Amino acid sequence: MADLRINFCGIESPNPYWLASGPPTNSGEQVMRAFDAGWGGAVWKTLGDPIVNVNSRFGAMDIAGAKVAGFTNIELITDRPLAVNFEEMAAVKKRYPDRALIASLMVESRSEWREIIRRSEDAGCDGIELNFGCPHGMCERGMGSAVGQEPRVLAEITSWAREFSSIPVLVKLTPNVGDILEPGLAAVGSGADGLSLINTIKSVIGVDLERMTPLPAVSGEGTHGGYCGPAVKPIALHMVGALSRDARIAAPLSAIGGVTTWRDAAEFLALGAASIQVCTAVMHKGYRIIEDLVEGLSEFLDANGMASVGELSGRATPNFLEWGDLDLNYRVVADIDADACIGCQLCYTACLDGAHQCIHINQAPCHAWHGEPDHGQGVRARVANPVEHEAPAQSDARVPWVDEAECIGCNLCELVCPVPGCITMREVSVDTRRQSWNERVRGTAL
Amino acid sequence: MTKSTVSPRLAPNRLERFFEDAKPAYSYAEARIEAQRCLNCHDAPCVKHCPTEIDIPKFIGQIASGNTRGAATTIFEQNMLGASCARVCPVEEMCVGACVYQGFNDQPIAIGRLQRHATDEACADERATGRRLFTPAAPIGRKVALVGAGPASLACAAHLALAGAQADIYERDGVPGGLNTTGVAPYKMKAESSLAEAEWLLSHGARLIAGVAVGTDISFASLLDEYDAVFIGVGLAEVRTLDLDGPGVWAATDLIRAIKTEQRFALPPGVRRAVVIGGGNTAMDIARELAMLGVKKVTVAFRRREAEMSAYAHEWVGARSYGVLLRENLRPLAVVHRDGALYAARFEETDSGREIELACDLLALAVGQDVGMQAMEAGVRQNANGTVWVDPTTRRTSVGRVYAGGDCINGGREVVDAAADGRIAANAMLAEWKAEKNGG
Ligand SMILES: Cc1cc2nc3c(=O)[nH]c(=O)nc-3n(C[C@H](O)[C@H](O)[C@H](O)COP(=O)(O)OP(=O)(O)OC[C@H]3O[C@@H](n4cnc5c(N)ncnc54)[C@H](O)[C@@H]3O)c2cc1C
Ligand SMILES: Cc1cc2nc3c(=O)[nH]c(=O)nc-3n(C[C@H](O)[C@H](O)[C@H](O)COP(=O)(O)O)c2cc1C
Ligand code: SF4
Ligand code: SF4
Ligand code: SF4
Repeated sequence: MADLRINFCGIESPNPYWLASGPPTNSGEQVMRAFDAGWGGAVWKTLGDPIVNVNSRFGAMDIAGAKVAGFTNIELITDRPLAVNFEEMAAVKKRYPDRALIASLMVESRSEWREIIRRSEDAGCDGIELNFGCPHGMCERGMGSAVGQEPRVLAEITSWAREFSSIPVLVKLTPNVGDILEPGLAAVGSGADGLSLINTIKSVIGVDLERMTPLPAVSGEGTHGGYCGPAVKPIALHMVGALSRDARIAAPLSAIGGVTTWRDAAEFLALGAASIQVCTAVMHKGYRIIEDLVEGLSEFLDANGMASVGELSGRATPNFLEWGDLDLNYRVVADIDADACIGCQLCYTACLDGAHQCIHINQAPCHAWHGEPDHGQGVRARVANPVEHEAPAQSDARVPWVDEAECIGCNLCELVCPVPGCITMREVSVDTRRQSWNERVRGTAL
Repeated sequence: MTKSTVSPRLAPNRLERFFEDAKPAYSYAEARIEAQRCLNCHDAPCVKHCPTEIDIPKFIGQIASGNTRGAATTIFEQNMLGASCARVCPVEEMCVGACVYQGFNDQPIAIGRLQRHATDEACADERATGRRLFTPAAPIGRKVALVGAGPASLACAAHLALAGAQADIYERDGVPGGLNTTGVAPYKMKAESSLAEAEWLLSHGARLIAGVAVGTDISFASLLDEYDAVFIGVGLAEVRTLDLDGPGVWAATDLIRAIKTEQRFALPPGVRRAVVIGGGNTAMDIARELAMLGVKKVTVAFRRREAEMSAYAHEWVGARSYGVLLRENLRPLAVVHRDGALYAARFEETDSGREIELACDLLALAVGQDVGMQAMEAGVRQNANGTVWVDPTTRRTSVGRVYAGGDCINGGREVVDAAADGRIAANAMLAEWKAEKNGG
């Protein structure tokens, strides 16, 4: 059994999974149930001057029947008295000394930061997370993403926290920036022990077409909210990877954004994360998702001969390059497994309309262009000369086939095929050696 | 000439109301979940296996997007009987049987139920809002007589009316719909649904002249005189009886008709054992209906082997699921009555030559219907089996201006075939008139 324990800049946790700051970490009673279920840690719902929330405050995007593919909220920080929160945090830490308890904080002045950090330490927290990410409501008051988007302000507040805190300081970054390296470097440059990312993305989740209201609707009106859930994972992966591969950032990364399964978590770990935080998936499916998050990851590590989470962390980072460093001479072609194919011909349509017109079907004449390209000189007939391609002998009536010489290997067909494993991309050996764009440009420059 | 317009009405308290739908209506939520599974195949095989060639992926996509009226329009453009076809089509043998999911996870798209959802919801929306899906074109000064108000004629008349032609349907019965009203199994569709559909179809401007039998009450020749064209949609003729008769012996189609349409019809008290002779879909239907009505033991007696039954596999599975039994290789010989009541049916076992008796209180004969057009004297060429010969692309008969469709040309297939014939014939007439006009 692989060792799932982590030590995140001094914060110890029995597994890499923490609840992200949000509704699932609103109260002590909830966090205790989460710890009973098996969560390794929790970042408490952000503390600060209690606020007033509006309703409704959530919205979701469903895609083709998949509920909550994306989620949004216009909720602010905690709406419960600070004293109650700290009292409950102390009780949680006392009952679960082996779990990571982190206070998420957001206040304004230097003295307020000093005070709230002291109270967090007194409650027994293992670390603090500075919330510089909330993109709605708090930023209008000069907090949240208003800080996260200003590297200078971010650096200043981080240095205050570093000065006041005797426990690890994590800075939670907002993705609402042009280049995540700027706030990332500012945070580590001013003493952050770790970075958490991403917070939510500015968004409008939808419009109620009957009432003509942006969603979520508050009495017939709406505002932008913070986007999260499975749909934001690719954005979060990029930002985690971008920080992870930058040599100037040595602080560990706590990855957040759309984690739903152990596989999502493994991907974040492989791209350089050291711990994982989850919010939306728990709001959707409850604390018990931790069971398979843990079991699946453990199984994956075992199956791949990795003894600990640390061995997975950052494994894919060296392979995360700039486009200009990729090999221009690498070639793959699509391969259709005729036995697995169900004949839906989605690949045919996709390649015909959205790629390179090199998948063919037997019955109908091919509508792809087969004339000489005219290089934009004249009007090109839609179908110059429908061609009856010669199909491979063995092929079934509805199984399409790939003209390998024409296939450019974009893999669109593989992506649209509904049968897993039916279309695969086969490597084609080429004589020429590896050459990237940057190498090519350097070569001509010489 | 007698013309009487009988308002389509059904008797109350029909036995068919006892039956529950085998494939109940979807809620919108259910329909959307199912619709979202459709892959939107290229050159979709389901469409190729629909006799009316409905653009299935298109209408399913429209359900998924919430455009239910658009979905219904897509369906009706190809098949004006889309609402009843959704319920009665043997989809397992047609579109659903061809769905690519059959080769993947064996959970094909429930195309029929989705079609029912779209057509039902859109028609309900029409009633609620008054916004019609289709508006008839301005009159084009042409008129067509249609013989019989079954699915074939109703489809043809609706297409003609929408194109601005006058369409008069002559029906011998009091109610329209043909076998759709009187024949299809009540767990698929009730007579009232068939009538509601007929009413909707007629509402586009066609006229129903009920209670008039062509050939008896009015001559075919006089129709040809009065109209620009005539469409023959008379279905099949009398049922075969094998010379078995007496109390307790029914032609299956008569019994089904009684169950579906007669006021206060009930099986005679004390019917516990029933024997059904036949191996086709009508035999499966009546056997299942009797079992569903509580007859304890229902036995299908077929003259050959199970594998040779002409019934669709899913219909036989359906009947069996209600406990219907099968006896193979039985050739019917006679019925045995005792004290004026049915006692048994006598058969020869074709493999052993032995004679056996199956005790029964009710015997239903489902051994097919003849194709017969004699009474009408339409003068059209007929095939060797009695069906009307038509040109395959236009459904025109051997006689000018006379078209035909439905069971009378195919010898007894499905409602959907009749719907396709009706559309094709209507379009052929319209094309011919257009050519005539352009030509002179
Ligand atoms: C028991 C049974 C169950 C069936 N189940 C199904 C099923 O589940 N699914 C399916 O798709 N199909 C089913 N069918 C077949 C389907 O009902 C027919 O294919 C379809 O109804 C044919 O339509 P039609 O318009 O050609 O003829 P019909 O429906 O037979 O209509 C013909 C009409 O013409 C009228 N008529 C006849 N002669 C004259 C005349 N001289 N003058 C005026 N009117 C006349 C008749 O009264 C009748 O109303 C079933 C058939 C039977 C018998
Ligand atoms: C309803 C809601 C409330 C949130 N509140 C906070 C908060 O108070 N403080 C904070 O740092 N992040 C907050 N977040 C952001 C989450 O902690 C997390 O960064 C983000 O949702 C992305 O992770 P996910 O895709 O797993 O949800 C909130 C998110 C949601 C959905
Ligand atoms: S998309 Fe896949 S299953 Fe569909 S035709 Fe192409 S290869 Fe076959
Ligand atoms: S990889 Fe791209 S170009 Fe090649 S067959 Fe697939 S879709 Fe067409
Ligand atoms: S074959 Fe099935 S999946 Fe494909 S378009 Fe038809 S119903 Fe949809």
